Amino acid sequence: MINSSPTVQLRLQRLFGQNEMVLLLVLLGMVTAITIVSPRFLGPENLFSILLSASYTGIFAIGFLLVLVSGGLDVSFTAVATVAQYVMGTVLIANPDIPPAVAVLLPLVVGVALGSLNALLIHYLNAPPIIITIANLNIFFGLLQFITGGEWLNGFPEWFDHFPQTYVISFQNADGVSYGLSIIVVIWIAVAVVAGLLMHYFKAGRKLYAMGGNLEAARRAGIDILRYRIFAYGFLGFCAGLGGLVHTFITQTVVPNTLVGHEFDVVAAVVLGGASIFGGSGTVVGTVLGVTLLAVLGNALTIMKVPTYWHEVFVGGIVILSIAITTLSAIAARNREKKYHAQ
Amino acid sequence: MLNKILEASRGWGRRNAEMAALPFLLLGVVAVLSIATEIVSEGNIHFLSVENFGAMAAQIPELGLLSLAMMVTMLTAGINLSIISSANLVGVGMAVTFVTFGPGAAAAGMTIPLIVVTIVGGLLFSVLLGWFNGLLIAKLKITPVLATLGTMILYEGLTLAITKGYVISGMPEEFLNIAAGSFFGIPYALILFVVVAIVIAYVLQRRPFGRQLYMLGSNQTATSFSAVNIDRVIIKTYMLSGLLVGFAAIIMLSRFSSANARQGTSLLLVTVLIAVLGGTDPDGGFGKVLGLVMALLIMQAITSGLNLLSISSFLTLGLWGALLIGVIAYRSYRAKNPGKRAKSLAA
Repeated sequence: MINSSPTVQLRLQRLFGQNEMVLLLVLLGMVTAITIVSPRFLGPENLFSILLSASYTGIFAIGFLLVLVSGGLDVSFTAVATVAQYVMGTVLIANPDIPPAVAVLLPLVVGVALGSLNALLIHYLNAPPIIITIANLNIFFGLLQFITGGEWLNGFPEWFDHFPQTYVISFQNADGVSYGLSIIVVIWIAVAVVAGLLMHYFKAGRKLYAMGGNLEAARRAGIDILRYRIFAYGFLGFCAGLGGLVHTFITQTVVPNTLVGHEFDVVAAVVLGGASIFGGSGTVVGTVLGVTLLAVLGNALTIMKVPTYWHEVFVGGIVILSIAITTLSAIAARNREKKYHAQ
Repeated sequence: MLNKILEASRGWGRRNAEMAALPFLLLGVVAVLSIATEIVSEGNIHFLSVENFGAMAAQIPELGLLSLAMMVTMLTAGINLSIISSANLVGVGMAVTFVTFGPGAAAAGMTIPLIVVTIVGGLLFSVLLGWFNGLLIAKLKITPVLATLGTMILYEGLTLAITKGYVISGMPEEFLNIAAGSFFGIPYALILFVVVAIVIAYVLQRRPFGRQLYMLGSNQTATSFSAVNIDRVIIKTYMLSGLLVGFAAIIMLSRFSSANARQGTSLLLVTVLIAVLGGTDPDGGFGKVLGLVMALLIMQAITSGLNLLSISSFLTLGLWGALLIGVIAYRSYRAKNPGKRAKSLAA
């Protein structure tokens, strides 16, 4: 018997009951298991490549987390990202000499604009976010396909091609090919750190949690709901634009339907990271872990030669399982608290 | 006499404000599209033609059944995002059964029994898929959006795992007759849809389960205090949604004679649009089958008309989205600024 006061017990429960701890343990367990099966997995080259391939999903996920925390939902961000890619791609190919800063800023502006449009429609029409954003997904994507005719864009300027090969930490493998921590991954980490600080130490972030916890209470506490809705959806738009930019950096091509249809990979990662679809909870650390976990799982399935069409079964199953566990543990925690107060 | 009809229709309009505009909208859409097709095709293609109505009649049943499947969940303030992937999973399941046992059954002269067994099995399977949705929502308290999002990915993944990404084709001739055959010129599929729609309307309006479903959508807490077993109503609703998906899957498989994992994924938006256009409140509690059927006719007329005008299907997709937002905007405006008549009624 551990002879501890209830507060210590509660603190321990809080620490180990925390979703992030569980995720970290699952992730470490998975990495160990995969490494035993296939030792090549743990090589730094493979790990860096997993991070790089997860970077744009990771950036989308952080934006999605903010909207989810504020009690909203947005499935149109992949279409927003694609529109942003096309605007930048078209401008960049027509005028290869425009300053890189302007070219990079373009998708971000487009993203923020379209994200804010979602917020305005949801706020003023007072309609369920899922319905508004399903509609906008189709408007953005339908019009984009109609206007561009589904044309692929490539042939970007030299600096655009070189940028993603900038390594912050660089190594060389046995064949003399250099690899390392790409600047792209650093962008993802930077977005995560900024969002993490924002959500924990700034009023804006705390207000998003308040809105997601209880919208009516937040309104009566004097929070300007419209402003913070625009903030959350606009931030997701920003992340969509940035994710689209990063995706273009990695692939060097803009194709209309590579991102659209993969919204749920992002939703899966964020929910796996412990954000509640009810709003009001979820952390950036959890989201980053969720994205990494799914990326590692995808990589592991590929290494173990599981056919790709099985991947979706795994992702769907894991999402349902993790939602179920999160929800049930939330209910259990509520009951525990009730019991504690009753004592 | 005319006065009485006018009075009766006005009364209907007052009682059903959310769908009173739909008959006029339908007439307007048909009129505009008839004139537009005549002008654009210089009199070569007619919107009001037997061929066009035939084409519309072929597409209405599956879209209608899927929209009903969406609507019943929306009445409880839920949503079912897994309808399309469920339909594909059920369709692929039935297709695999036909491909595996079809030749043997044909040799033994047992094709009809095989078809009956497969259809019954398919319907049971789709009810099971719906039951799983209901279980996640009612027992595990997962919100409908997330639960059905999860099963949407899961069911699509299972379908992909079964088909390995290929299309499964080669259905028995007799089975194709469901979509191809007709009774005095009315396709069997359309008859099936009309019968199902009437039954659903009856269940929703006249049966205790239907009333509980509306109550649940308006106010869950009040309903639970009214001695209604909420979990059971939710699970039954999603099972009903699954059953409707099963009917749609049968018609789809029969119409295309093949099944794959990604058939008709763009229909998801359209079913939401039809339900909302037909007066179903996405926040639950309100909506009728009659409104849905009128919205269905409007949507099908627009789709066929734009198709006759050879407008890009991507532009149509965008227009549907815009129409959905337009309808919601109009409803929200009306809710804030009720018309003169509604005001005088209230006073």
